[in-house]
Amino acid sequence: MLAHPPDHHPFSAQALPDAELLLTNLIEQIRPHVTPETGIVGIHTGGVWLAERIHAALGIISPLGTLDVSFYRDDFTKTGMRRHVKSSDVPFAVDGARMLIVDDVLFTGRTIRAALNELFDYGRPACIELAALIDRGGRELPIAARFVGQTLDVPPTMSIELTRNTAGTLALQLSTN
Amino acid sequence: MWLDPSNPQLNTNGELHHLLSLEGLPAEVLRQILDTAVSFAGVTQREVKKVPLLRGKAVFNLFFEPSTRTRTTFEIAAKRLSADVINLAINVSSQSKGESVLDTVANLAAMQADMFVVRHAASGAPHLIARHVAQDIHVINAGDGRHSHPTQGLLDMFTIRHYKGDFNQLRVAIVGDILHSRVARSQIHALTTLGCPEIRVIGPKTLLPAQVNRLGVHVYPDMHQGLKDVDVVMMLRLQNERMNGALLPSAQEFYKNYGLTDDKLALAKPDAIVLHPGPMNRGVEIDSSVADGKQSVILPQVTFGIAVRMAVMSILAGNS
Amino acid sequence: MKIHLKNGHLIDPLNGINALRDVFIAAGKIVAIGEAPTDFHANRTVDVSGRIICPGLVDLAVRLREPGYEYLATLESEMQAAIAGGVTSLACPPDTDPPLDEPGLVEMLKYRAKNLHQCHVYPIGALTVGLKGSRLTEMAELHDAGCVAFAQAEAPFADTQVLRHALQYASTFDFPVWLRPQDPALARHGVAHDGEVATRLGLPAIPVTAETVALSTILIIAQETGARIHIARLSSAEGVAMVREAKARGLPITCDIGIHHAHLSEMDIGYFDPNCHLRPPLRSSRDRDALRAGVIDGTIDAICSDHTPVDEDAKQLPFSEAEPGATGVELLLPLTLKWAAESKLDLVSALAKITSLPAAILGIAAGHLSVGATADICVFDPERLWQVSAQTLKSQGKNTPYSGFELRGRVTHTLVNGNIAFEEIV
Repeated sequence: MLAHPPDHHPFSAQALPDAELLLTNLIEQIRPHVTPETGIVGIHTGGVWLAERIHAALGIISPLGTLDVSFYRDDFTKTGMRRHVKSSDVPFAVDGARMLIVDDVLFTGRTIRAALNELFDYGRPACIELAALIDRGGRELPIAARFVGQTLDVPPTMSIELTRNTAGTLALQLSTN
Repeated sequence: MWLDPSNPQLNTNGELHHLLSLEGLPAEVLRQILDTAVSFAGVTQREVKKVPLLRGKAVFNLFFEPSTRTRTTFEIAAKRLSADVINLAINVSSQSKGESVLDTVANLAAMQADMFVVRHAASGAPHLIARHVAQDIHVINAGDGRHSHPTQGLLDMFTIRHYKGDFNQLRVAIVGDILHSRVARSQIHALTTLGCPEIRVIGPKTLLPAQVNRLGVHVYPDMHQGLKDVDVVMMLRLQNERMNGALLPSAQEFYKNYGLTDDKLALAKPDAIVLHPGPMNRGVEIDSSVADGKQSVILPQVTFGIAVRMAVMSILAGNS
Repeated sequence: MKIHLKNGHLIDPLNGINALRDVFIAAGKIVAIGEAPTDFHANRTVDVSGRIICPGLVDLAVRLREPGYEYLATLESEMQAAIAGGVTSLACPPDTDPPLDEPGLVEMLKYRAKNLHQCHVYPIGALTVGLKGSRLTEMAELHDAGCVAFAQAEAPFADTQVLRHALQYASTFDFPVWLRPQDPALARHGVAHDGEVATRLGLPAIPVTAETVALSTILIIAQETGARIHIARLSSAEGVAMVREAKARGLPITCDIGIHHAHLSEMDIGYFDPNCHLRPPLRSSRDRDALRAGVIDGTIDAICSDHTPVDEDAKQLPFSEAEPGATGVELLLPLTLKWAAESKLDLVSALAKITSLPAAILGIAAGHLSVGATADICVFDPERLWQVSAQTLKSQGKNTPYSGFELRGRVTHTLVNGNIAFEEIV
């Protein structure tokens, strides 16, 4: 169930939404639903940038967690081990925690599936919510985000990702597969 | 031919297909293994020390030479990757009754193996096996004769990097029976590839191989000179059968000249670390007070060994 | 059978001929060189234009694997390989199973070989019973049965006293003794040259001193006993220097090397190529260069193939466990040509190393094309490239470091006793 059904936007390569605005919107959606004890976990790499900002903006006390789901991916046998795997780090007790997973783009749902599996290897959380900056549709698994910055129809031949410049400003970027 | 003929461990895309030796592997490949191992080191500290990466894969531990320790570390690594592990201790005597190494391997490959972890008393046995297995099978050398023990060399590099950061300012000493040591050879290749500027080998002339300087090391028959100002001291195990004979007069004399004591360690830099591949002969190559002292990183080596082997297995399995 | 070899380029090192000459053969002998004898009517005329006619090659070490090792190769397969390689006379080492230590075994081998009507086989008798290194064989009996020399092959002597007695006894009858210099203790467990490659690959090593220590013992005892010594398969620069010095002070010794050692070095082992597991081991490139120089200056008299057929099962093992040796009787000529070309050596001198000079060591009337001599002849195309492979080799042993390589020089005809024993099928 979405708290605030986001506007549905047709795709336009010329007018990509402003990531900073979407993030502000996302933070406000999340604010009423977290406590200082909520365990926030970002998925590498874009999700971690977002999670850092959300974590700071909402005054969360529980330390920020990060996940690299490389070891849990279901396409490993096709793509092999990625060159630069980051470490997962969940520095709070997962057992019984109320948690929020943050990712930049929600697409097939496979990354979130891998993240859920990984989190359960740390313990048994009380509940897990999902926040994504962009929901581009195309789900292959029964997964939905409670908090979404914006839905966007991105053609299957293109990918969209989050970038961060040296000043820390976030932006969306399109590329052709 | 899908493998690079000039380096039969790499496929034609330059990716690691087998791990047979550290010789000739690009620095980038070594760093990828070490970096990946850092992530796995995190996994081994969790409540569930297991990831589903190699689920459904069959890893055969093929030990033509007994070694419970090494076999166990590979077994733990494979199980933490969710692979099915089959341990085979191959009786060397039944082998000599007719079944060749290649027959054994062909039989096991027919059981749908995905990976062979091979330990053999003869140098080059894993190369031989790698040359003859089907394209989708990966071979990991778990120690062959005096030739190579690449995962041990990698875990030593992991340990050094963990405590010392980079390699390009380090002075490293390798001490003991270099002649018979596959560990020393692996360490030397890895250190030179990773940019270590000064590698010293220390030992009596009966335990130094011919032209060892051609591997890029400096030879120090005198341990006191050899240890001076080094950052890392890597001790080697002295096999029992070599302690009394034509190579060495006695374990006591070896200890006196080449055993690592607090006095000798004091010649190294104050923050020098001490490694040993285990199992240790206390009072032969190393004194207990050094082995258990604050500069010793021997136990962390064992822990890192699991993560390094997980990294190697997962990288190989992914390069199909 | 009268044969006329027409339009060929004749190279006969012993007679110093290097020119276009026809060769006329009748009743197994060479009856004329150049002009046909009067009333010569050939049963067969072979146009060999563009080819070289030379004496049939004389190979000082070809393992026929009979008796005892028929699973590795048979007399038949290896004799066919020999004539396909232009070899018309070969010496076979005594390391058969059982070793050639009894007259009956030698007679049987000679009889079987003769019935195949291929090349001439000269057995080397075992110096000690069972090659065990302690009891002398009945050398005079073995000589009567057909042994042209005596050797220990790869087997060691029990001690230096046996060596000394063996040389004393052989010298009583003036029998030649062929010895490969290797100190068994210094070579113990070794499989590769004690140098950079063995160090890198962790292979148990054989130091050069294993050769030089044994060589020095042999040379000293040879001097004392006056035995006729042939040094077989020299491998090191230091060994060459010692033989050169011994010859210079008048010691009547001869010496050979295996052709692989003129080309390859320890580096060719690469990643444990079992085909480069040879005895003696391939040494450093410096040693190889010294061997080449020694052949050119005459310190080393002859080059042989040291032909050792080994089957796949015995070779496809870890390097140190693989059976040593390489097949080579079919490669002796092309590899000698390759060596000559690389060393800028003239063909007459190069071919002498595999024809007249080894014939002199064996003490046989072969290796030259004088009028009246037995018509043992090799005809080859010096420019022809061919690929070494399991298919192109007739030997049952396909074990060669040259597998897959292209070599220049291919035998087209081999004549033994004036009969065409081998003819290339085009």
